[in-house]
Amino acid sequence: MALKFPIYMDYHATTPVDPRVLETMLPFFTENFGNAASRSHRYGWVAEEAVGYAREQVATFLGADRPEEIVFTSGASESDNLALKGVAEFYRDKGNHIITTKIEHKAILDTCKRLEKEGFEVTYLDVGKEGLVSVDDVRAAITDKTILVSVMLANNEVGTIQPIAEIGALCKERGVIFHSDAVQGLGKTEFDVKAMGVDLASVTAHKIYGPKGVGALYVRRSKPRVRLTAQIDGGGHERGMRSGPLNVPGIVGFGKACEILTKEWRAEAEKLRGLRDRLKHKLFAELDELFINGAWGDRRLPNNLNVSFAYVEGEGLMMAIKDVGVSSGSACTSASLEPSYVLRALGVDEELAHTSIRFGLGRFTTEEEVDYVARLVIDKVKKLRDLSPLYEMAKEGVNLKDIAWTAH
Amino acid sequence: MAYSDKVIDHAENPRNVGTLDKDDPSVGTGLVGAPACGDVMRLQIRVSGEGVIEDAKFKTFGCGSAIASSSLATEWLKGRTLEEAGSIRNTDIVKELNLPPVKIHCSVLAEDAIKSAIEDFRKKQSSRSGA
Repeated sequence: MALKFPIYMDYHATTPVDPRVLETMLPFFTENFGNAASRSHRYGWVAEEAVGYAREQVATFLGADRPEEIVFTSGASESDNLALKGVAEFYRDKGNHIITTKIEHKAILDTCKRLEKEGFEVTYLDVGKEGLVSVDDVRAAITDKTILVSVMLANNEVGTIQPIAEIGALCKERGVIFHSDAVQGLGKTEFDVKAMGVDLASVTAHKIYGPKGVGALYVRRSKPRVRLTAQIDGGGHERGMRSGPLNVPGIVGFGKACEILTKEWRAEAEKLRGLRDRLKHKLFAELDELFINGAWGDRRLPNNLNVSFAYVEGEGLMMAIKDVGVSSGSACTSASLEPSYVLRALGVDEELAHTSIRFGLGRFTTEEEVDYVARLVIDKVKKLRDLSPLYEMAKEGVNLKDIAWTAH
Repeated sequence: MAYSDKVIDHAENPRNVGTLDKDDPSVGTGLVGAPACGDVMRLQIRVSGEGVIEDAKFKTFGCGSAIASSSLATEWLKGRTLEEAGSIRNTDIVKELNLPPVKIHCSVLAEDAIKSAIEDFRKKQSSRSGA
């Protein structure tokens, strides 16, 4: 099959909507356009029934006991905000301590910063160079003031998979609510709120081949029953936890995306692992001085490859392979000019952080695409290294750390 | 962020990539930036007895705009006197390459590299005449 350009390898950022998902959604934009909260006519009933069905599809995929445990939101950022602020506000009398990690998504970290301003204390756990949280560190951080632990299922940059089941068991034992931002791991690695003892979980549709603008917060209803203070007031939708008329087509699509993954995720994850490993092997076979960021093996998402191409700046490389959509931990790609805080938390040297590229493979990635991208990256890295004064100096035996660089 | 056509042209077909002998008395070398900041430029000039830049070479570790800024600088340097070269401003580079505000530091670095290469050459000359 002929290659089509550009080639997308940034599935951690977002995914295209699966045609099967889109097909399920379409009638809910036009003929079945009702407000799911309209109780007095057929339009509302049809919409409500469709939402109920989607709620079951999402609940089943997450391993929830009951569909009522799914609260639909506008996406995972809102879910993270609702989980953290909602728990903090409701359980304030019980304690003011929250535990999380240094490599969480900004929706968690920035929410924690706001809560700190409001008098909460937050512990940000280190992850070490593997990018993994230690269960012992979580245990040691829990105090009698701790009301919430929030640890992501998998990291969005380096793909490391956290020991969720172990942390869930620990939190249960200590009577602390456990939230997990499951956005990146969902559909790529095992996740089951019941089996893993997760009390709250943030998920979103657009990372699993559903539409943007719809997500959910799983809220456990028994053992323990988790209570939240709503952050959006209004018509009392979603049992008072999240007001606002439901995004019916989005929710229908989200449900379908979950149903597809319930059946297909294991096979898909294995396929992705094969393609990702193929990409890695090809790059490492022809290029020297490559460094994988984060743990390799079972503790990493099967579709993630985050690699530093020493002596080649990430944005420069991205421009050289501009027909391929990837992302970089380089400072130049962000408005802040700060390199990735995730790589910094892993202890990656700033020099190497600037050379990192994240490849995220997905459902529609083909072997031909992998082979093409590998060849292109190899050629461009060689070309850019010929252009790099650092590579020349390193090859001449100059220790780059010995030079008095002029930071600017 | 979209790149201008000129940045893309220079980044894809960089001019005057290479290395001059840094120990040659007629060569001035400027090495500016820092790996930890994500860009390093090395710009070298070969200067004739009459004070005219006969050749310029560069190597850059950095984004497309950094590569383009230094590539353009080498084009501009050739055939100029040291005085003319020293009057090149980063704003000239910004204008020529249409750099957006977030990339202005790339042009500043290129101006620094030019100045630093000229200074290195002059230092070499004065230490020779002093010896």
